[in-house]
This record gives sequence, C-alpha cells and structure tokens, in this order.
Amino acid sequence: MPIKFLTIKVSPAAFFFCFVLLFASCSGEPFGRNRAAATDSAGTINLQGSGASFPKPIYEKWASEFGKIEPKIRVDYQASGSGAGQKAVLAKTSDFGASDDPMSDEDLRSAGAEILHIPTVLGAVVLTYNLPEIKKPLKLSAETIAEIYLGSIRKWNDERLARDNPELNLPNADILPIYRADSSGTSAVFTDFLAKTVPVWREKVGTNKQPSWITGIGMGARGNDGVMGQVKQTPNSIGYVELTYAEANNVPMAHIKNKSGDFIEPSLETVTAAAENSAAQMPEDLRFQIADTGGANAYPLASYTYILVYKNQPDAVKGKALADFLWWATHDGERFIRNLHYAPLPRDVVRKVEAKINSMTTADRLVLRPQKTEEK
Amino acid sequence: MANLNLTVNRRRKITNGIMTTLTAACAVFAVIVLLSIIFYIAARGTAALNFQFLVDTPKPVGEGGGIGNAILGSAIMTILASAIGLPIGIAAGVYLAELGNGWYGKIIRFVADTLIGVPSIIIGIFVYATFVMPMGRQSGLAGAVALALIMIPIVARTTEEMIRLVPVSMREAALALGAPQWRVSWDIVLPAASAGIATGAILAIARITGETAPLLFTALNSRFYNFYLDQPMASLTVQIFNYATGPFEVEHQMAWAATLILVGLILLINILVRFLTKKRF
Amino acid sequence: MPQTGAAGDKIFRLILLSAATILLLIIVGILLMMVQNALPSIERFGLGFLTGREWKAAQNEFGALPFIYGTIVSSIIAVVLAVPLSLGIAIFLVEQASPKIARPISFLIELLAAIPSVVYGLWAIFVLAPFVRNHLGVFLQNYFGWLPIFQGRLTGIGMFTAGLVMALMILPIVTAVVRDVLETVPQAQREAALALGATQWETTRVVLGNAASGIAGAIVLGLGRAIGETMAVTMVIGNSPRISASLFEPANTIASLLAANFAEATDEIYLSALIEMGLVLFLVTFIVNALAKLLIIGVTNRANNTRRA
Repeated sequence: MPIKFLTIKVSPAAFFFCFVLLFASCSGEPFGRNRAAATDSAGTINLQGSGASFPKPIYEKWASEFGKIEPKIRVDYQASGSGAGQKAVLAKTSDFGASDDPMSDEDLRSAGAEILHIPTVLGAVVLTYNLPEIKKPLKLSAETIAEIYLGSIRKWNDERLARDNPELNLPNADILPIYRADSSGTSAVFTDFLAKTVPVWREKVGTNKQPSWITGIGMGARGNDGVMGQVKQTPNSIGYVELTYAEANNVPMAHIKNKSGDFIEPSLETVTAAAENSAAQMPEDLRFQIADTGGANAYPLASYTYILVYKNQPDAVKGKALADFLWWATHDGERFIRNLHYAPLPRDVVRKVEAKINSMTTADRLVLRPQKTEEK
Repeated sequence: MANLNLTVNRRRKITNGIMTTLTAACAVFAVIVLLSIIFYIAARGTAALNFQFLVDTPKPVGEGGGIGNAILGSAIMTILASAIGLPIGIAAGVYLAELGNGWYGKIIRFVADTLIGVPSIIIGIFVYATFVMPMGRQSGLAGAVALALIMIPIVARTTEEMIRLVPVSMREAALALGAPQWRVSWDIVLPAASAGIATGAILAIARITGETAPLLFTALNSRFYNFYLDQPMASLTVQIFNYATGPFEVEHQMAWAATLILVGLILLINILVRFLTKKRF
Repeated sequence: MPQTGAAGDKIFRLILLSAATILLLIIVGILLMMVQNALPSIERFGLGFLTGREWKAAQNEFGALPFIYGTIVSSIIAVVLAVPLSLGIAIFLVEQASPKIARPISFLIELLAAIPSVVYGLWAIFVLAPFVRNHLGVFLQNYFGWLPIFQGRLTGIGMFTAGLVMALMILPIVTAVVRDVLETVPQAQREAALALGATQWETTRVVLGNAASGIAGAIVLGLGRAIGETMAVTMVIGNSPRISASLFEPANTIASLLAANFAEATDEIYLSALIEMGLVLFLVTFIVNALAKLLIIGVTNRANNTRRA
C-alpha cells in the first residue's frame, strides 16, 4: 500500500527551480559576507559568550536577571571550557569569551588587537577526598598535595601526612589521586598553586590547563562533576574541584596551608580574604593569579575568573550592550553571587574594572558616553 | 553399529536443540535490552515532564527551565537540512539508478558508501572549517548544512535501491512509445518508486534528528528561542548532552525528560513508517 | 533515444549529474580540508606522531598511540560482544522463525539502530556504568580476575563500558547485513541439505559456510561503525589517554578526543594535530568500510539472481 499523502505531484520545473536555488545557496555566497548583524528585525541585541564552565551558574543567573532589566539584550552563555573561551575570542566567533586563567602573552600578541581581562567573581579550588572513617577535616600543604599527585606519597598513613594531621588516624590504604582529564581552568589554578610553591612540581608538571600528569599515577575524569563523582564512588581517593560543586554535593574539603603557615578552610570568607589581601598587587592589565597568598584567614587556592573582550568593539550597538552588561554584573549583579558560592571582587578591583569598562571604544570613540561612575 | 549410529544421531539432535534454542535466546535477549532501555527512558523521563518544560527556555540551575527552544532549534535545522539534503540526495540517487552504470556512476556509488561510513564528528569538523570560520560564528545554518551532508549519501543510496525495484518492463514500454528519457524517469519511474523513496527520506530525517556530534562545533547551543539562521541554535541532542554531563541532579532529570521527547519522536516516526508501508527495509 | 525531448533530456541529465557530483565534491572537500590543516603537524612530527605514547598539549607533544589503541581495543570489545549475538539473531530470523515472528523481532532490532548515540551515552552513564561497577565487573573479577584484562580498579567508567554500549549500537547493522547475506544463499542448498537428512542446525552450518565472506563483511562493517562512534563513547570511556592492560581502566578514542578537545584547541599546532587525528580516523574508517563492501559484494553478486522472496 503506497502512502497517499506522500505522493504529491511536483512539476519538473518546480523541482528544477528548487534545485538551482539550493545549489546557489549551498555555495555559501549569500551567507559568507553577511556578518551577523548587531540587531535583528525585532531590535534584539544578541551577545554571544562562551568559555569557562566554572562560572556557568553565575553567568546564566546574570544573563537571566539582566534580561529582566534590559529585555532587548539577550546574553547567551555557553560553557565550553576555558580553552574554548580563549579560542572563541581569538577566532572572533563569540562576542565575549570567558576563562579561569588569564590569556598568555603569546596568545594576546597573536590576537592583533587589545583584549581586556575583566575579572567577574572569585572562586576556590578545593581538595575533596573519600575517607569514610575520617570525620575531622584533613589538613594538606602544597608539598603533600604535590607529592600525592607525583606519586611519592602513596599511602594515606604516610608520615608526611601524619605530621600535619596528628589528631587523625589515617588508614593504611593506597591513595588514588583523581585529576581533570580535559582542558580546564580548575587544573590551571591547581597546578599554578603547586608550581609556585613546590620546585619539583614546576619541573615535572608545570602550570597548565591540561597538565602533563605523571603516567601511571591516579586517573583522569572529565569535568568538575566527573571528578566529583569519581571521588564519591571510590574509597581512598582524592580529587580537586571547584568550591561550588563541592558545596552542592556536600563532601568533605581539606584545609590547605597558606603562605603564613595556617591551615585554612575553603569558604566564601577565606576566599574573600585572599582577594582582599592581594588586591594591592593586582597588575594594570588585571591578569592575576592569586594562588598562594598569605595573611590571616586567606585560602591559598583561590582564583579570579575572567570575561575576555576586545577593547575596540567592532559594533557600536553591541559594544554598548556588552559594556552595560559587564558594568551591571560587577555592580548590581553582585547580590546574586553569594548564593552560588562565589566571592565578590574587592572594592579596589571593582575600581580597576570600572576603568577598564570605561575604556572600551568603538571606531575610535568611547563606548560609554557619558562614562559611568559607581552609584553607591 | 546400530548402537553407535543411535548415539551419533542423539548427539546431533541434542546439538540441534541447543543451537536453535541459543539463537532464539539471542533474539529474545536483544529485544529485552531494547525494551528495558525504552521503559527506563519512559520511567525516568515522565518524572520531569510537564507542559512548562516543553515550552520554557533553559534557566539558571534550580529555577526550572525547559527545552522549548531546543525543540524549535532541532525542528528548524532538521527541516532546513532536509530542504538541502533531500533534493540533492534524491537527484543523486536517480542518477545512480538511471545513468550510473558507467565508470563515473561506480565512483559516485563508492563515494556515497564511503560518506555513509564517515564518522559524523568529522563532518562537524569539516563544516566548522568551511562554514563557521568564514561566517565568523556558529550558526543554525552551519548545523543544518552538517546534517544535510550526513543525509545526502543515505538518501542517494536508498533512492537508487528503490528505483531499481521498479520493473524494467515499465520503463521499456514507455520508451518504446517514444517518450524522452527524462519523461520516463519523471512520470513513470519516480512515481512508481515514490513510496519507497519517501520512506527512505523519512527514515533519514529521523536519523539526523538524533545526531549530536556534527552539531557540537557548528550550531553550538543557545539559551533562547531563535529564528535567525546566522545565530547559534539550540538542539535537543546537544541539550541532552549538556544536561547529562552537568553536575546537578536537576539537570540529569531534565536530560531524561528531553530524551523521552527525542526518542519518543524518533521511534514514533519509525513505527509509523513501518505501518504505513508494511515494507521491510 | 527518441529525437523529441532531447533538450529536456540534456537538462535532466545535467541536474542529476551535478547532484551526483556534489557527493564527490563533499568527499574531496573533506579530504583536502583535513590534509591541508593536518600538514603542519605531519611535517613537524612525521611518523613519530602515530607511535608517540605521550599526549601533552601543553608542551606541544602529540603522540597518537594511546588514542589509536583505545579506538581499536574498544571497537574489538564491541565486535566480540556483538557478533555472536548478531549471528544468533540473524540465524534465528532467517533459518528458524516463521515470518510472523521474524518480522516484528527484526523490526524491534532495527529500532535499536534508531536510538540516537547521545541517548545511549546517557543510558550508559546512569544505568550501564553502575551495573558494570556493582555487578558485571564484580562478577568478572571474581571468576576471571586472574586475567590481566579484568584486573585493576573497578569504577564503571572505562574501556569495557564503552565497548559494551558500542556492542549494542552496532548490533542492528551487523544483524541486518548478516540477515541479508543469509537470505541470498539459494534455497536449493537448504533443501539439499535437509534432503540428505541433516538437522536444522547442520543445514544452517552449510548455509553459514556459503555466506562466510558476507558474514566477515558484516563484522568488518560493524567494526567500521564502532571505530567512528563518538558521543556514547565520550560519555563513558573516561577520557584518559593511556595504554593499560586492564579493560576497566579509563581510556580514550580518536573520535572522543575530537569531540572533547576540538573546540578547546587554541594553538595552531594543537589544532593541526587534532585534525591529523581526524585524518587518521577518516582513513581507517575508509579502509575498513571498503573492505567490508568488497566482502559483502562478493556474496550478494554470486547469488543475485537467486534472491529469496
């Protein structure tokens, strides 16, 4: 039984016409030149962003809240990884990129135009572990963490761990370190901390989004949730994840020794303290890794996360929308971040961010006219 | 002697019994696995499924959200891909069946079979290099082109097979009456094969609706309803992938609900086609 | 050819020819794009690329071997698990079951092929991986733990789970091709065997013997599908480029590497290395599919005129 509704009569000429039309359109000519317009016919301004997955919850929240104030501006953020965020900026496939670690000098040079680093929030990398018997928080230093991941500390009852944890009865069990197998800003922050403080780590592994892990030690997992899941399922394992994910999963977090020699619990307060203590050293271009700061109550594995934009915006309308969004996010948007376990920027850093946003230009004119100042 | 024969025969019979049971068990096992997957999807999917979920756009974690824009995006890209892929695929199939017996036809047939075997992630990379880079951004159009590239060889080969099923006598009769070849193809052969071609086309459409890998770098994803082809576009499959690999339990639930919609749609198409044509493919 | 309508014929042929040529352009385009973009990597690393064991994007050190190993081993697991099952199903459908039973079953098995890859991945993360971790893997370690392939830590994420889900995914295509191949074996052969007093299974063995090369083709075709499988694999294989004897350890495949890292690669040489990996994948699937086609054509041509109704 042939299907009746499918046997529509098409005249040969119509078929031929369709075919020619498609052939022409497939050559890409009508689309190739036509760069995405700033606004579509409904007057909506689309701001495309992509990059780091760590700030995804807050960026999505900001996009949604900002959309309520400025319904004409649609901020569309896709978490594809810090590396992808930097690539999207360099290849200009997004209006803004996002990355947990600052771009390298080499990449900035290859961009051919000035790229601004706008810090948005702070986060922390925490070490979580699966030791069901241990009820009190584990204490770790950069040295012991490095030795675990380098494979020189292999057992939980190793005396180097016992020295820092005299009150804990650590088991005689093999440690399984779990690392991020994909390219990740979390790995960059983690390895930056270890490379700054442990010379042998600097030599053997170094600092990278995708570090060269020691073959045969531990296992890789994909994404914050992959590491989280692996640690939860595997007794005697240890892994590093973003604070947000650890909080959401309610897992134990190690206290980490900072430059002043104190073991610090990861929390919003200790991350904020780390940021406040180091704010004065923030360089002019705002590219700043704050791992291993000292000071009372400062958590050493903290990090800024950045939005990356071109200083000179190709499109005036989009540039204005982007500057407005960045300004709003770093000011009014601040009230949404604590619920999501991020720490706010210190006042001094907000001042520097303001100057950067105000310096954005389009076609040799400032994007923000008049220039914005803090209302509060 | 007779005794030996008897034991041999008995052994043969036992072997026969075991092997025929085993083969039947294989079939039963596969069917059980399929049904268990479908029922699992249905059970997990219905838990998070409601009308709001079908029309909402994704929202920040913990505030609900839905897959309305992903359904729309998948529909737009599938329709556009079909608009590009079906005419080219069918025309290429007609070429293979009607004119494809020479060396060039052999090459094209070989190329079509090769293209069917090319991993779809490579199609995605190809379209990224040829469409996304020159256009300067990921877009629904690029996604549709990637899907069309996957569709064309499949449609070409099924079309060819269907046309070859049309009896030669029909064609010869028309040619003998003095009709030009294109008239014969258009008025006699194509209508005779149309049900088969349409079925193949629908199955190809169902296939590309479920593709993820070619969309990752081409259409990307979007949080909004989007009708503009030069903007990144959401799709059900990429949305499922993102939800599934996300860290939050609510997102996993939404992944199952979206999967229920996607699988339900694809299975429905397959079953409908099956019942409408009562043909085996 | 009749004189009237010659112009129409010309246009008609031209349209068809250009449509067919688009297929050729696509494949040439893919090849050109990949070779062109892979050249920097090919020039810089040469053949060492294929034998290198370390993949360190940070140090611009790219060794493809762990990915090639992961691709081959996971595909072999899939084929080893899927082929006996497919053979059993196909034999059941063609040789044993009456059409009334065979039709719905073969339709249901085709439905397995209709389920999208990403859905298999989702199912594998939340159902199959825990099942391997808590039941199947424990069972294998208890009874076959002396085999190195079943040693090591059992996490549920790794080569074995990836192979398992791929086995399910290639099952329908292998079954369908074996079924088609069996159907081309002339009915007369079965009747002859039965007339000689052979049991049903012995008859089936005769049929299988005649269809051997076609069945080999079906297996190779399944292998080709498994090698290119991306989404389901990337969701459960663990994405860790290592060569390890244990199948329970995480691994990685070429397709999964591309899905996870192509969007992340900023460096030109990194991108080039990834595209060279894509080129390797393309060539391997090309060769495997061509081989499968040759094997299958041998059988179907031989029996083309004796096709069963």
